[in-house]
Amino acid sequence: MSTVDLSQFHKTFFEESLEGLDAMEAALLALDSGQTEPELVHTIFRAAHSIKGGAATFGFADVAAFTHVAESLLEEVRSERRGVDEKLIDLLLHAVDCLRAMLARSRRGQPVADADSEALRAELVRLVGGEAAPPAPAAAPNAASVAGWDIRFTALPHLLQSGNDPLRLFRELQQLGRLEVLRAVVVDAAPAQLAELDPSQCFLGWELRLHGAVARADIDAVFDWLDGDCELAIEPVADVTPAALVAAPPLPVAPLVAAPAPKVDPGPRRIRASAAASADGGSIRVSVDKVDALINMMGELVITQSMLSDIGEHFDQSQLERLREGLVQLERNTRELQESVMRIRMLPIASVFNRFPRLVRDLEHKLGKQVRLELHGEHTELDKTVLEKIGDPLVHLVRNAIDHGLETPTQRRAAGKPETGTLRLEAYHEGGNIVVQISDDGAGLNHAAITAKAVQCGLIRPEQELDDAEVAALIFQPGFSTAAQATDLSGRGVGMDVVRRNVRDLGGSIGVRSQSGKGSVFTIALPLTLAIIDGLVTAVGEERYIVPLISIVESLRLRPDMVRKIAGGGEVFHFRDAYLPIMRLHRAFGCAGAVTDIERGIVVVLEEEGRRVGLLVDDLLGQQQAVVKSLEAHYQRVEGISGATILSDGAVALIVDVGGVVRLGQQRSEAA
Amino acid sequence: MARILAVDDSASMRGMVAFTLRGAGHEVTEAENGQLALDAARGSVFDLVLADVNMPVMDGIAMVRALRTQDAYKGVPILMLTTESHTEKKMEGKAAGATGWLVKPFDPEQLLATVKRVLG
Repeated sequence: MSTVDLSQFHKTFFEESLEGLDAMEAALLALDSGQTEPELVHTIFRAAHSIKGGAATFGFADVAAFTHVAESLLEEVRSERRGVDEKLIDLLLHAVDCLRAMLARSRRGQPVADADSEALRAELVRLVGGEAAPPAPAAAPNAASVAGWDIRFTALPHLLQSGNDPLRLFRELQQLGRLEVLRAVVVDAAPAQLAELDPSQCFLGWELRLHGAVARADIDAVFDWLDGDCELAIEPVADVTPAALVAAPPLPVAPLVAAPAPKVDPGPRRIRASAAASADGGSIRVSVDKVDALINMMGELVITQSMLSDIGEHFDQSQLERLREGLVQLERNTRELQESVMRIRMLPIASVFNRFPRLVRDLEHKLGKQVRLELHGEHTELDKTVLEKIGDPLVHLVRNAIDHGLETPTQRRAAGKPETGTLRLEAYHEGGNIVVQISDDGAGLNHAAITAKAVQCGLIRPEQELDDAEVAALIFQPGFSTAAQATDLSGRGVGMDVVRRNVRDLGGSIGVRSQSGKGSVFTIALPLTLAIIDGLVTAVGEERYIVPLISIVESLRLRPDMVRKIAGGGEVFHFRDAYLPIMRLHRAFGCAGAVTDIERGIVVVLEEEGRRVGLLVDDLLGQQQAVVKSLEAHYQRVEGISGATILSDGAVALIVDVGGVVRLGQQRSEAA
Repeated sequence: MARILAVDDSASMRGMVAFTLRGAGHEVTEAENGQLALDAARGSVFDLVLADVNMPVMDGIAMVRALRTQDAYKGVPILMLTTESHTEKKMEGKAAGATGWLVKPFDPEQLLATVKRVLG
């Protein structure tokens, strides 16, 4: 029975295997692009080899069997018995995809092999030339019918240097049966003078007899590590007289019972995938220097603390200046500590960028286009949560750029451009933001198609003249999708509005610049962290509410003639050619003592997913960075509120969830 | 109880080996590749070294070869953690100076039995 619960290593196994597959994919793509470094093949082989070893150890037999065949194929490549061509790379890339899916299913505790993996495995087997032998089970001890074995064992001089020890061998043999040393000999090669004897060399040989019905395989197992370190002859005892047997003392019983020493029953492997999956709370790998920086900062904080407590103990007016200095130092320590702690959650964007070489290759083949992918700023770090959620929007933008932005080689040649288009992904810091840019040198946005579609959708009137920026803004409108976009790649019911919503959910913004015939640039600006937002502090009665700055379009005081009451008690106001519903925050959250006269309060115009509402508050108090605390963790979810924060005076303020408020406002105006 | 150096680039395998051996009362130092193992071995002498074969930076075979050039490691048992499919690797390891091997996949009991076999 296993005393060690192997399921505790499953999570690590899955993580490192997925990393291995990423490395394998990157190396395959490098080979595909014509690079020939042998290290690439080694990397691919090593990844497959590790996954196989881990899968077999941790009980994922299907994954192990699949990887085993792939590894055999890779071994042929590594030993240069097989050349690398595009077909092989396609096949191996497919194997990478297949393994990813298999690992995902293993993780969820689902059946691992499916039709795809079985078909691919069959193809790999056929290619390798028949089923590669699965790991052979340890040889079963053959039925022994002998009375004993004569073993002639002569150590070669270097035996001790390999870390082996004749004494250990004798001990092991003794476990199998009664061991008798018939003769020990000094080999001829031994130096004649004792002074010349090197203690790290061995010049001894033994003639041994092992009594009892011992299987030959068990003896072989004792000597298996000594291949090349000794001369060995093992023969059944030739001349066993009954007398000799009688003369021998009774076989010791205990060692015989304990005999099957080298082969241990592996025991049932416990697979507790479900337990492993539910325990998957997500982990983060932090480089040591980040942790060191944190500890360093902590040390400084402790120094400041002791300095301040020293001042506090014997405080008089003369020390005011020192106190002030101490507080300045504390402020600096706190800020640095905050930055260091936040940096722990920051990971390089490379993990997202690394998906793209493969995606681009697949799209090139599918669409018959030629694309050169440039990646810049892969080391730019982003918050882990942002990083996990930015992948899908970026994939969408890259697909769009190749599908719609870049032209076919023929079109490009006709336009006087190089046949191969360039797609550039770049990440960099700008102010307090991370900027990710996706640019292509394709045809740019198609004004005519976009305006025509917008007219059809009722977004604009036919006679409206739009400039470049206005046309570009149209593609982010909900439900907007040109007919030309309905290919199997981009036409997945996911439009640019969803991309924009995903980016907004991360507290970011997205914009596009496009020039006809020259290409498009999509720019995404993301906050460094989700834990802190820039907010506008507003007063409503006795309460304060924080509105995220990113969602605010404008704040204004309304004149009586701008407001209309509509049936059902709703109110709307006129704002830039449209009527927007008014949300009275005091009414929504039941705040006492608030301004109820619209003309005396201030209306903050909020936008979310292209929809706008006016939020009525008493007054604007100023701008502040707010550390977001989850309301759910401490209380419960509240519609229209995304969290809480503590203001500098110690009061608690609630943070307005703009999406929720807009939805509430919309429901009202629709109900009205 | 022995001082054991466990070398494997796979964190899950390394974790399994280290956890099992620590559970049996051994003191285990972990290293991610041959080079890091050599660095660890320079600082102290281990009673046993367990090393994977395929590793980046420096593989297990090169590591054994380098360890055996150090006087302190002339007779220290070194076991290669290898797979059945690589018989030639076993021999390559032996030629480099390895004591023996443990065939992957192995379970904690097999690991403990083999370690016991070497350390007595």
